[in-house]
Amino acid sequence: MILVWLILIPFVGGLLCWQADQWGDRAPRWIALATMLFVLIISLVLWVTGDFALPGEVTRHWLLEWRTSWIPRFGIEIHLAMDGLSLILVALTGFLGALAVLCSWHEIDHRVGFFHLNLLFILGGVVGVFLALDLFLFFLFWEMMLVPMYFLIALWGHSGSAGQTRIRAATRFFIYTQASGLLMLVAILSLVFVHYSNTGELSFSYDTLLDTDVPEALAPWLMLGFFVAFAVKLPVVPFHGWLPDAHAQAPTAGSVDLAGILLKTAAYGILRFALPLFPEESQAFAPVAMTLGLVGIIYGAVLACGQQDIKRLIAYTSISHMGFVLIALYSGSELAIQGAIILMVAHAFSSAGLFILSGQLYERIHTRDMRIMGGLWGRIPVLPGFTLCFVAASLGMPATANFVGEFMVLFGTFPNAPVVVVIASVGLVLAAIYSLLLMQRVHYGPEYRQGALRGPDAREYGMMLVLLVLTVMVGLYPQPILDITAPIAGPAAELFQQAGAELASRAGEVN
Amino acid sequence: MLTLANLVALIPLIVVGTTAVIIMLGVAWQRHHGATALVSAVGLALALACVPVASTALSSPPLMAVDGLALMGSVLVLLCALVTVALSHHYLTGYIGPKEEFYLLLLCAVTGALGLVASDHLATLFISLELLSMPLYGMLAYSFRAERSLEAGIKYLVLSAAATAFLLFGMALIYARTGHLDLAGLATGLANTSDAWTLAGAVLMLVGLGFKLSIVPFHLWTPDVYQGGPAPATIFLATVSKLAVFVLLLRLVTVAPVFNSDWLNTLITLLALITMLGGNLLALFQSNLKRLLGYSSIAHFGYLMVAIVAGGALAVETVGVYLVTYLVTTLAAFGVVTQLSSPFSGEDAAGLHYYRGLFWRRPWLAAVMTVSFLSLAGIPLTAGFIGKFYVLALGVAENRWWLVGGIVAGSAIGLFYYLRVMVTLYLPEPGMRRMDATNDWGNRIGGLTLLVVAVLILVLGVYPSPMIQWVVGLSTVVVS
Repeated sequence: MILVWLILIPFVGGLLCWQADQWGDRAPRWIALATMLFVLIISLVLWVTGDFALPGEVTRHWLLEWRTSWIPRFGIEIHLAMDGLSLILVALTGFLGALAVLCSWHEIDHRVGFFHLNLLFILGGVVGVFLALDLFLFFLFWEMMLVPMYFLIALWGHSGSAGQTRIRAATRFFIYTQASGLLMLVAILSLVFVHYSNTGELSFSYDTLLDTDVPEALAPWLMLGFFVAFAVKLPVVPFHGWLPDAHAQAPTAGSVDLAGILLKTAAYGILRFALPLFPEESQAFAPVAMTLGLVGIIYGAVLACGQQDIKRLIAYTSISHMGFVLIALYSGSELAIQGAIILMVAHAFSSAGLFILSGQLYERIHTRDMRIMGGLWGRIPVLPGFTLCFVAASLGMPATANFVGEFMVLFGTFPNAPVVVVIASVGLVLAAIYSLLLMQRVHYGPEYRQGALRGPDAREYGMMLVLLVLTVMVGLYPQPILDITAPIAGPAAELFQQAGAELASRAGEVN
Repeated sequence: MLTLANLVALIPLIVVGTTAVIIMLGVAWQRHHGATALVSAVGLALALACVPVASTALSSPPLMAVDGLALMGSVLVLLCALVTVALSHHYLTGYIGPKEEFYLLLLCAVTGALGLVASDHLATLFISLELLSMPLYGMLAYSFRAERSLEAGIKYLVLSAAATAFLLFGMALIYARTGHLDLAGLATGLANTSDAWTLAGAVLMLVGLGFKLSIVPFHLWTPDVYQGGPAPATIFLATVSKLAVFVLLLRLVTVAPVFNSDWLNTLITLLALITMLGGNLLALFQSNLKRLLGYSSIAHFGYLMVAIVAGGALAVETVGVYLVTYLVTTLAAFGVVTQLSSPFSGEDAAGLHYYRGLFWRRPWLAAVMTVSFLSLAGIPLTAGFIGKFYVLALGVAENRWWLVGGIVAGSAIGLFYYLRVMVTLYLPEPGMRRMDATNDWGNRIGGLTLLVVAVLILVLGVYPSPMIQWVVGLSTVVVS
């Protein structure tokens, strides 16, 4: 039942925020903050009390599970379950949700209640995605979180120079993700009907569909249906068109959620659904996926170097970082998959930090154009120092979580795909270039204007400090995360290798 | 022969017909708008209450089939008509001129629709279809002092007459080949013949019905008529009329094998594809909400055609579920337009600029509008998603990949204009004066009905099981 509450709390909180609007601006903020902290606390309590030491089990073991019938006509259930991976990501959602509320404390000053309604609905949808095990329910949450995100960008976004661009960016985001989502729905339905024609049982349940024997001609297409939906959200390079615009126009809270959590739903989806449902097809597809990941790493990094808008720059770095995640997921190595999970967490921290910092800069100098920044180190106390730390994290400096993640990804992938790792390492160099470029153009160099600017207040200082501490903590001692994700990464990698062996033996028979 | 037992099956139709007569006499005696609306509503509600009685009838009357499909159609027709009456009352209070005849026309049309969903014979089919269409001309041209309304009425009259001619010609050809007019007879008569004449007959009938459903090459009247007609008449056209004709088309296809020949099947597939894509593409840059909804309804019937192509038990169920979701959604969307245009003052609030910033002025109306547009776009947790899910499931189950692709592409295109309308509701208000709902809209019966419909969209989206069970219960009767 606690899983249901984890999903319901943000929704109820959102409705409360909407109604609390009539008691002034502060009420919705406090309610939203309390709601997200509540979610965070619940997941932390679960983390501390949970028992994760179950590696090597044949049957999947869930930490918590809850199911009830929903639409019996199609065998659709409300089936929620939590394991280590979902727990980490739910906790991350709670944490970044609280940060998103905090960082928009002064930024959002109109229609506050409705803003927090949308924000909390996004987070509720994301929690749902991380917990849903029924494919119909998963799709439902997957699509549902788009609507409030659309409103967040379209209504509270920054107007670009052309006036209507935030609405265009929001529309583009929505159409990309919704259309690809429909492809996933078609793939889900095909899978269900294949299962139905095999066994005569209609079911959308994950456990049931795992063993479906899909005809060989159809399976690659179904796998692609899932992959495209996740690739758009991740984003993988040919499908990334929505991301820079959406980030550039979104309010800070929107960017934090988008980069910190929404992109992670895609990686989660690949790990939870695309790989286990279609292990052989994924194995066969791995070279393509890794190539796409490589393209993403290089492309994102190169384009990041050329950006003028600070938020667009960070957005492109996300593409680059997610390239590493994609490579790791398709590497079939336990170490790399665990690395990908750590990298996801690390990227959530560092990109959230950078987005919040750029939001704070915007509040002070009212621009995101790096051409008219420069020399801010001398004008603002403290903030440039934090920026330097997060930039260092983003480029993968040792002692930060990003380093651990990237190192594990590259190390784990190397035995299976050395060439990929060699090329991906180039991305690390490029990461150093764009990170330093960002630092140089914003904070060093000649001062574009004179005059001291306001330093961070307690709220801003606190947010940055917590993020930084977490980044370093995970960087120095990642073991807790490794412990609870081992039961997921191990079997996933094993499944992948089995599929590979099977493919190889089948190829041998043909020869 | 018509026996007393047969009459039981016809009770809803008789009740509605009687109400129409009562209203006619009442108007001749003394005009009273409120009383007329009340009597119509009571008549429709009574008819609705009689539907369960009708379902207990042991035998269908001649020329009619009172089966599950017909009962489902009747319930939906009566519900939509009730909502239309509820919305019309407030709308018509501002109308200068006789108001009462609108209800008379509406009830006559409902009688036609009830006959149509149950018709089992080409003669009843034709008479019911005309009984449905004729009053619609009057309803569409009701505010004939407004230029567009008159244009809408006449346009619909002329084109509808042409379509009727096609339909009749088709029937004549099929009759010439088989010598039967009843559907069961047609089914046996056509069992093995698929020569040019029967095919031509079938295609001509399809053209006639396709016109009423505004399937793509026959859709040209739709935007103009939607835009010009008074809002309640448009609601009636978009819901009751289309629903009744579609139920009939489904019956034709499930019963008569000629509609299942390969060649015709390909043709319908093609029509469905261009309908779903064409409707969505044409709607892209509309700035008139009523026209936009017209195009959107074209697209939705394109999706529904998938069921016609696929056939089978799941198809009837899909049609039932999709129609329910389409109806509640359309009622809500047009309901908001009606509220904003009430009371009548010459021209409806159809321009998109009237809706700019509606949320900050009338939050609940805007919320209803948002919910209905989300549902039109097929976003989860709304009824529209369940409908779209069914259509996609049917397409996948029957391996109609082209149609599945069409639905996905159509939905992606459709999002663009649905989102455009939705975000308009939340933009800052411009300073100018504009048409607006009256302050007491929420306390009026029309406003309350609208809120109920909106809640229904959400409830059906979150907990669709009862609806699905109801539809399954009725649709299994047909196919067996």
